[in-house]
Parts: sequence; structure tokens; C-alpha cells
Amino acid sequence: MDAQESIAMVSIFTAGITIAIGSIGPALGEARAVAEALRSIAQQPDEANTITRTLFVSLALVESTAIYCLVISLILIFANPFWNAVQ
Amino acid sequence: MDLTQITPDEIILWDWGWGAINATMAFTWAVMALLGVGSWLVTRHLTTGPGMSRWQNLLEVVVDYMRRQIIEIGDQPARRYLPFVGTLFVFIAVSNLLLIVPGFIAPTASLSTTAALALCVFVAVPIYGIAATGVRTYLRQYVQPTVFMLPFNVIGELTRTLALAVRLFGNVLSSTKIVAILLAVAPLIFPAVLSVLGLVTGLIQAYIFAVLAMVYIASGTRAHGRAAPGPTADHPDPVTVVGGVGSPIPQQEES
Repeated sequence: MDAQESIAMVSIFTAGITIAIGSIGPALGEARAVAEALRSIAQQPDEANTITRTLFVSLALVESTAIYCLVISLILIFANPFWNAVQ
Repeated sequence: MDLTQITPDEIILWDWGWGAINATMAFTWAVMALLGVGSWLVTRHLTTGPGMSRWQNLLEVVVDYMRRQIIEIGDQPARRYLPFVGTLFVFIAVSNLLLIVPGFIAPTASLSTTAALALCVFVAVPIYGIAATGVRTYLRQYVQPTVFMLPFNVIGELTRTLALAVRLFGNVLSSTKIVAILLAVAPLIFPAVLSVLGLVTGLIQAYIFAVLAMVYIASGTRAHGRAAPGPTADHPDPVTVVGGVGSPIPQQEES
């Protein structure tokens, strides 16, 4: 197995592992945030605007971890910087 | 964009010896021209009478909505922030929504565009902060609560700019990519469904980008104890700042 094959193998495997593990945490966190926000809206419907806006902003912040993982796996698959290093 | 291209920067539309026009630049100019010419055409015949045109109605709804959101988030009059934050929102929203035009590639799917927008926010925060509170007060918030927090505050300033850029880029690019992958796998109906999802995501991301920019600007201008007193006023965490805005809206802006 030459260098290029091993780079391809490791890149594809790592891309899958990255997005798989990296999406667990944000999924759990977003689920908790949404559940709490729904509970708060049910308790205080008057504050629904503020709660919804805060929820969206926090969802975006929580989700950015998963987006980083996605970007890294996209780079590994589509724009791998190590392809040209071994040729 | 086909499967192997990760950014619209790689699509070269026109190439001279000394420069090239790629898809990002071309579609950014298209969005700029659309927004500029459209706004100019609509605002030529502004009226306060009953015979208001529909396009003026649309623009008024959009601008008024942005103004109210800025007032609620920043807890300040919206006049100073509306041009900057509103432009960010309108540009990102239009470039994401033009996904419905065949052949259009959102310029926000390129890291160059989103990095430029995030750098605008990065520069605008100190400008607005210094204009509102003065150099000394603005710089002092970097050493709050102690001097030892200075490197963390500076790092936080840099990483949130990076996060702003990569978040928008990742979201828009991933919806574009998913459509491209589905076109290769199941080209009949599913790409259209995912495109609709991409429209929703694009609009939400535009909203989030503008809200985060406004939150950062507000946390820079709201120096110590001037507005929104309480334990959350000095906290640099944007979520806490947004959550802390529960105080009543200034009445003079509600006309």
C-alpha cells in the first residue's frame, strides 16, 4: 500500500468519524435547549418573542461545533491538502 | 457547482492574463446590482399617501422589522446600527434566497465572502464602541474583571469572528453540497425538497448573522453600567447579553 492509498483511506475514515462523533454533542445540546425553550414559552407566553430570538441565537452558537466538524470532513474529502504532498 | 468543487471560487468565468473573474465575484456583483437598482427604483416614488405601491410596502415592512429587532436586541435607538446590520441581513438573505434561480450559486457559499462580512463586523464593533463610550471606556472592558482576562478577551474577539465566518459558510455550502449529491443519486424530486430546506436555512442564517453582529456591537457599546444594569451587563457572552435584555423598549422609537 503506497502513501497515496493510505492517505485516501485515512482521510475518508476520518471524515466519517469526524462528522459522526462531532454531531452527537450539538444534537443533544440543541435538543435540551429547545425543550427548555418550549417549557419556558408554555409557562410565559408573553415572553415568547424574546425566548425565541434567544433560542435561535443559542442554537446557532451550539450548532457551530457541528458545522466545524462538517467543514473539516468536507475539506478532508474534497480539498485534501495532503494529496499533492506525496506525488 | 459539481461534486468535486468545494467553493465557487474555483469556477472561473472569465480569465485574462492579469486577473480572473470567478463565480463568487460575479454573483456578488449580481446581488449588489439587484439590491441597488431595486432599492433605487422603489425609493424614487416614495409616498405617504394612501396610494402606496406594493414594493414600497415591502421595503417598509422589511426595514421596520429590522429596526424593531435592533431596538429589542441592542436596547438602544436603532438609527445608528440600522444601515450596517440591515445591509448585512439584506445582502445575506437575498444571496441565499436567490437559490431559486437556476444556475445561481450563492456567494455566501464561499469562505472569501463570509470572511469579508465577518471582518466587517470585527472592525465595526470597536468603531461603534469607541464612538459610543470613548476609547478609554472601550479598552477598559478588555481588562474586566481582572487584567489576567486580557488574553482571553482578545482570543474571544478573534474566535467569534472566525466562528461567524465559518458558520455561514458551512451552512450555505452544506445545503448546496447536499443538493449536488442528491442530483447525482436521486435527481427527480428530492433535490427540490432539499432546496426548500436550504431556503429556510439560508434565511435563518442571515437572521442569525445579523443578530450576532448586533449582539457583538451592543456588548461593545454597552459599557459598564450605563444601560441594562445587573450582573449580565458586563458579561461578554452574547447569549447572556441577549437573555439579559428584558427591559422595556424605549418609547420614543415606537412611533
